[in-house]
Amino acid sequence: MTETIASDRSTADPSSADGSPLLEVTDLVKYFPVKSSGVIRRVIGQVQAVDGVSFSVGRAESLGLVGESGCGKTTTGRVLTKLYEPTSGSMVFEGTDLAPLSAKEMLPIRKDVQMIFQDPYTSLNPRHTVGAIVGTPLQVHSVVPRNKVLSRVQELLELVGLNPEHYNRYPNEFSGGQRQRIGIARALALQPKLMIADEPVSALDVSIQAQVINLLQDLQKEFDIAFLFIAHDLSVVRHFCPRVAVMYLGKIVEIGDRESIYRNAHHPYTQALLSAIPDVSQAQVGGRRERIWLEGDVPSPINPPSGCRFRTRCWKAQDICAEQEPPLLQIGDNPGHQAACHFSEPYDSAIHDAAKITRAAASRAATESDEANAS
Amino acid sequence: MTTSAVADPTAKEWTSDEPFLVVDDLTVKFPTADGLVHAVTGLSYKVELGKTLGIVGESGSGKSVSSMAVVGLHDPKRTRMSGSIRVGGAEVVWLSESKMRRLRGNDVAMIFQDALAALHPFYRVGVQIAEAYLSHHPKATKREAQQKAVSMLDRVGIPQPDQRARDFPHQFSGGMRQRAMIAMALVNDPKLLFADEPTTALDVTVQAQILDLLQELQRDFGSAIVFITHDLGVIAEMADQVLVMYGGRAVEYGTCKDILTTPQMPYTWGLLESIPEMDSDPTQRLLPIAGTPPSLLTPPSGCPFHPRCRFTGDVPGDLCERELPELLPGIEGVRHLKRCHLRDSAEVLSRAATSTRES
Repeated sequence: MTETIASDRSTADPSSADGSPLLEVTDLVKYFPVKSSGVIRRVIGQVQAVDGVSFSVGRAESLGLVGESGCGKTTTGRVLTKLYEPTSGSMVFEGTDLAPLSAKEMLPIRKDVQMIFQDPYTSLNPRHTVGAIVGTPLQVHSVVPRNKVLSRVQELLELVGLNPEHYNRYPNEFSGGQRQRIGIARALALQPKLMIADEPVSALDVSIQAQVINLLQDLQKEFDIAFLFIAHDLSVVRHFCPRVAVMYLGKIVEIGDRESIYRNAHHPYTQALLSAIPDVSQAQVGGRRERIWLEGDVPSPINPPSGCRFRTRCWKAQDICAEQEPPLLQIGDNPGHQAACHFSEPYDSAIHDAAKITRAAASRAATESDEANAS
Repeated sequence: MTTSAVADPTAKEWTSDEPFLVVDDLTVKFPTADGLVHAVTGLSYKVELGKTLGIVGESGSGKSVSSMAVVGLHDPKRTRMSGSIRVGGAEVVWLSESKMRRLRGNDVAMIFQDALAALHPFYRVGVQIAEAYLSHHPKATKREAQQKAVSMLDRVGIPQPDQRARDFPHQFSGGMRQRAMIAMALVNDPKLLFADEPTTALDVTVQAQILDLLQELQRDFGSAIVFITHDLGVIAEMADQVLVMYGGRAVEYGTCKDILTTPQMPYTWGLLESIPEMDSDPTQRLLPIAGTPPSLLTPPSGCPFHPRCRFTGDVPGDLCERELPELLPGIEGVRHLKRCHLRDSAEVLSRAATSTRES
């Protein structure tokens, strides 16, 4: 059964031999205009949701995109599927730049780039049967004759672990995990080469999460699908993706293979993020783990800090951080590991402690001088 | 005696051998058009002042329903409730609404997952916190209440609290809203705090700040915390005691270390196996718990977990399907209770762990 779906793949892929990545994103920018209230809605600012992001995804590879809410990871995924128009930059998919394409020109490519959404409750139309939901892409792209749609839908349902006889049921008859499987079957219907998975398991219960992650991994192996895996759960990303990019306020601050990011992070933000993950094995020792304390909140993307965007919360920040934006530079002799920091180095708690003490002293001095001025 | 603890403000100095919160054989059922929903069945637990109990379970396991029963948030017309809940010695099951009101917000407070939904969008944050203070301190002036609100916002780490108190909830970021809700919950120095997934919607760095804040406040005020979450990592760092719920029942109850390092109930073991850990081998497949959570309308016979359990074969006969196991001490004694027919479950589970690692 699975062969029938996989079979047309091998012939449809002439460009795979040249070694170029499946997707090459260069300087991708997405700004959303902020308009004034009133009759004449003038543009008074730009939300810089994604600001110059570059990465590539190889065939059948998984790239994880992690970061906190508002860092632009979901926007990046939506721009790649052209749900949003990019402001500038290019995204070359199999030799074609998707950025300037019109909706009509995009249509044949949509077959190859599919998306899995976060919320299995809102991403399925409650008035459509499962058969209609999974079958519509097949009809839109006329990949199978009309009379074969139902049998293909049943194959797909079986593939994602659902009962194929349930094609005429409605989404409300399924649990959250089963609904997510329906969404996966829909994305899989066109045998995409690239799957954009936007938080595919974060709405699910813990015991169900593992089922869906295993399913995605099996499908990836079987059909050679490349994944852009967008998630905020760093341990899930570590499990799923051999390569990981960390985003902060619209920019990639560190990118590298799994080992470099999780064992040898060089950017202070990545280090802080990793230290904040609650760890089950902590139960053996009890109490809280030592963690890097970040001050304040993420700044507004309408008016981001000059230079390095992380400098307002960073314990290493110096004058240069405000003046110059740090480029993504290679770390050591590992070409796959890059970090965007003027002071990138492995985490050293001594430096962090020293910085904390200097900062505390500085703020104490500031308050004392304020008081002296006031009196 | 039952109500004096609530009416009398001196009762806040709770001195007794009994733990501050005692839930005993609590059962909550909701009649619906489809039948009776057995949301919580025969649940018992205790929390002492200054301690944290973590309640773990999937959605529909009854963890929120049981806590809402303690805070008195169930509509008596639509709920069938039995058993006993004693807060500081006072029985609160079916307490009258006026007495419950005095207790709620004063002795017992609750913080919720969605701070944006829990705060009123039309009122300034400071006004909402001041209102919570005024309703339990009728003699206080508005100015005093406002000052109390500002100092509380300062306490939970909101910068420029006197200005931010004049903001509306939508002007706060997610982490700040959660802080504001914690400020509101703590404005009357409650002895018991229910935190229902307080950090689930937050980013990890903000979550770390909120967890730090809760622990700091617990140290300062000596309150008891019931922490409800499905994140075992958070439980590991926050809880002294852990209660694992499944299908409306407690299935494992003991110290945090015992439960998370040597689980004795296959469900807890399965939960721990199914999450990817930061130091695990990423090429290894995850071990999910097969199947889906049980229906609360028609709970399974016998052990509620038996349809998903991998170890029913290790129990003689069809005991798991026929008979509900009691919540009994395991090999470690009374500090670790489990609801499972496996005689030496720790041994069976560790054998299973080794075999799955090797395969």
